[in-house]
Amino acid sequence: MENLLSIVTFIPLLAAAILALFLRGDDEGARKNAKWVAMIATVATFLVSLFILAGFDPSNTGMQFVEDREWLFGLHYKMGVDGISLLFVMLSTFLMPLVIWSAWDVTHRTKEYMIAFLMLETLMLGVFMALDLVLFYVFFEAGLIPMFLIIGIWGGKNRIYASFKFFLYTFLGSVLMLVAMVAMYADAGTMDIPTLMTHEFSTAGFSVLGIQVVGGLQTMLFLAFFASFAVKMPMWPVHTWLPDAHVQAPTAGSVVLAAILLKMGGYGFLRFSLPMFPVGSAVMGDLVLWMSAIAIVYTSLVALVQEDMKKLIAYSSVAHMGYVTMGIFAMNQQGIDGAIFQMISHGFISGALFLCVGVIYDRMHTRDIDAYGGLVNRMPAYALLFMFFTMANVGLPGTSGFVGEFLTLMGIFQVNTWVAAVAALGVIFSAAYALWLYRRVVMGELIKESLKSITDMTGREKMIFAPLVIMTLLLGIYPSLVTDLIGPSVEALVHHVHTAIEASDLTVAAVAEVAAH
Amino acid sequence: MISSDIQIVLPEIILALFAMGALLGAVYTGKDKTASFLTWLTAGVFLVLGAWIGLNGQGTQEAFGGMFIDDSFSRFAKVVILFSAAAVLIVSIDYMAKRDLLRFEYPILVALATVGMMVMVSAGDLMALYMGLELQSLALYVVASLRRDSAKSTEAGLKYFVLGALSSGLLLYGASLTYGFAGTTLFSGILTAVGHDVSIGLLFGMVFMMSGFAFKVSAAPFHMWTPDVYEGSPTPVTAFFATAPKVAAMGLFARVVYDAFGGVVGDWQQIVMMLSILSMFVGAIAAIGQTNIKRLMAYSSIAHMGFALMGLAAGTAMGVEAMLVYMSIYVTMNIGTFAFILSMEKDGKPVTEIKALSMYSKKEPLKALALLVLMFSLAGVPPMLGFMGKLAVFRAALEADLVWLAVAAGIASVIGAFYYLRVVYYMYFGEDSDALDGTMSPVAWGMLVASAVIMLVGIVNLFGIVPMAAEAAQALVN
Repeated sequence: MENLLSIVTFIPLLAAAILALFLRGDDEGARKNAKWVAMIATVATFLVSLFILAGFDPSNTGMQFVEDREWLFGLHYKMGVDGISLLFVMLSTFLMPLVIWSAWDVTHRTKEYMIAFLMLETLMLGVFMALDLVLFYVFFEAGLIPMFLIIGIWGGKNRIYASFKFFLYTFLGSVLMLVAMVAMYADAGTMDIPTLMTHEFSTAGFSVLGIQVVGGLQTMLFLAFFASFAVKMPMWPVHTWLPDAHVQAPTAGSVVLAAILLKMGGYGFLRFSLPMFPVGSAVMGDLVLWMSAIAIVYTSLVALVQEDMKKLIAYSSVAHMGYVTMGIFAMNQQGIDGAIFQMISHGFISGALFLCVGVIYDRMHTRDIDAYGGLVNRMPAYALLFMFFTMANVGLPGTSGFVGEFLTLMGIFQVNTWVAAVAALGVIFSAAYALWLYRRVVMGELIKESLKSITDMTGREKMIFAPLVIMTLLLGIYPSLVTDLIGPSVEALVHHVHTAIEASDLTVAAVAEVAAH
Repeated sequence: MISSDIQIVLPEIILALFAMGALLGAVYTGKDKTASFLTWLTAGVFLVLGAWIGLNGQGTQEAFGGMFIDDSFSRFAKVVILFSAAAVLIVSIDYMAKRDLLRFEYPILVALATVGMMVMVSAGDLMALYMGLELQSLALYVVASLRRDSAKSTEAGLKYFVLGALSSGLLLYGASLTYGFAGTTLFSGILTAVGHDVSIGLLFGMVFMMSGFAFKVSAAPFHMWTPDVYEGSPTPVTAFFATAPKVAAMGLFARVVYDAFGGVVGDWQQIVMMLSILSMFVGAIAAIGQTNIKRLMAYSSIAHMGFALMGLAAGTAMGVEAMLVYMSIYVTMNIGTFAFILSMEKDGKPVTEIKALSMYSKKEPLKALALLVLMFSLAGVPPMLGFMGKLAVFRAALEADLVWLAVAAGIASVIGAFYYLRVVYYMYFGEDSDALDGTMSPVAWGMLVASAVIMLVGIVNLFGIVPMAAEAAQALVN
């Protein structure tokens, strides 16, 4: 099929349109219909997306399933996947049915809730498939609208603040990226991503306000894109929107945010920053590495003292994303393989952890760690699942969390031993906060009066976790499932980046020389 | 010569004759009883003329020795002006009738203002320019104070008149300086006189004239009248102010800087850049504190003019193209938004407080959704069309190497996003309160929904206006 990617992308939107136009009323029946339409659409999207996986040829490092149509202002509607984007597409289509299922008990404006998630799915898929800068931007930015509404309408007490912070923070980053995109168009004369990936942007240094810019245009463009992706990722010190957004968002919203939306930042680095501005990346690389190392250690420490479970997991997400940026900017095969692996695995694990919080939040309507304790006595199944994902989050060998952390650390060790040493501390801290959280919530005697009548997970809740458990174990035991698919594309990327860096005369020595002036 | 000249200005003549005929007809027949019919008729005439101009015009023709230019630039602007004026007229009937404001003078004054605007965008001479501008302005001063017994409306009219007269004075002073130093009032003559190195006298003339234009487009720092006039005027009149006259003034601005001062792009470019950046920031920051939606829209229009001026500041054909695309999108968004504001009422009385929108989405999900789309479009968030407009002006600015201007515009648009989000916040996240009445005339409802749908669907191909705008820009810049 020629437009397989468009079909996958727009099935959810179609379902959203059907819901918006044809479903009336807000009674029990209408709510049920809305949920089923959303469920069928997301499952259908997943099933159709399996054809992409089946037809994908890993040894081909170019774009596959490409669609190309004329659009406005000389732009194109161009979609395609390669080894780097394929797994993000699959991750999104795989998780969305689970997200919808986890929102089965929502009774407040159910129809709109489903529409928001369906639109969000279309936009997320579009981000990972778009091969035109502006098309990418449209999908990337439009995703803010449903998420803004999800946090603002269905969120917790402080949802207004969180939704505005989320929107304005990410909007500011992206607008700078838009300016850079248009500047790239002015330079290269095209918005076509594959063409731009081989276009050599100027690296001649120039000065802005008396400051010498090493790497010239490439560094400036890199910084503009960095503003957007670092916020999205999120990297320390621009991560502060994430804990607020996570805490206030409803469970399903948190899952999407942690599992898929954060990955857009990492994907952006791999799709744009590295291949298009290799020299800019090399110039700024050390800074990014140290920012990642600080993020890992700092946010792990911050996670230790949190009293709100969601906030703790949110900070842990920031720390794990630190491994991703570190792996990407190690710029070698292990680092980037590990970064992609970590993103995929974090998608399953963090999604599952937020669902775990959701399970007890639905029962007790509080996320305070102090309000719990001794849950194992009344919720054995929950205790087991929560422990499994806590271990995966810590990076226990045998779970997918281990592979990502190990590969990124190995990648960075070859490049910068000091960063590797600092980042390795994070592994210890992550064990500390995750195990401590588990102890305080699940272990011990059940002494709190309010918890005495708490019930264990229902069949539906257990079923939602099943696919996540399977994927976490499968990838942990047999990581080649991922690395075989992404390997050749990553190899080509690494080769391209290193050739470009070597071809430019901007070596470390040149940087030092300019700094000395 | 006469017959061919008249052939070229025929649309303007027809509209002027229609306005006078309608005035006589209404005075001698039912007066205000004919008002509703007359408004529909005027809108119909606008639409017919707009379609005629849009479909018929070919190439570039000059009338009266170059005083009046009919090219694809002026045609593009005229079509936008006529269509938006027609839309505003139609949407306002219900509101005006309900509040006993529907006098027969209203459509006639709007028609006369529209004649003025059409002359403005076609002007090829300082005299024609001034005549068009004054015809437009005088008619607008009167409509601003249409609600005679309301202090606010009268105040709006008076403020508009006094400040408008000041700006006309500035413009006229600039025009006289230009005439004195160039020795001609024809733009083509001025263009030759200016050459590529402007003399100090002409430079002063140009700056004074541009100040006058900046006033008309309500660009900062000449924007002070806008919030008060927008707030005080009856809402349909505000809707009119925010749409057609803005397009006309922008068209005139572009016309003068290219046709008369096209040789010294660098000299006026700096002024336009300054106007642009000030308007974007003033509009974005001052709107944050507003509680009245009409004042909010006033500041929003100031900010939008800043973006449109950014296209003009590029000083290229692409910039003019971007400006035209931006203005068309801006006008469409504003008509939809004002169609909504017109129907904001509580217990039959109009309200303009933003707070009144609290939890509107619960009561009227569809209308709230349409307004949500328009608000995000105004903020420039994709996939709404407002984003395509921003993209176009960004592209123009960067092609002209105005990187800092584009970056500043980006930051301003983030600040601006805040107050559009606030409207969404009241509608969707606010607290329950006795919301607005759900009533809305079918026409206003249609305009609101149509405008929202255009904003969403337009992303596919912008309804083909890009090549037209490009052609218009080519006609002007060459």
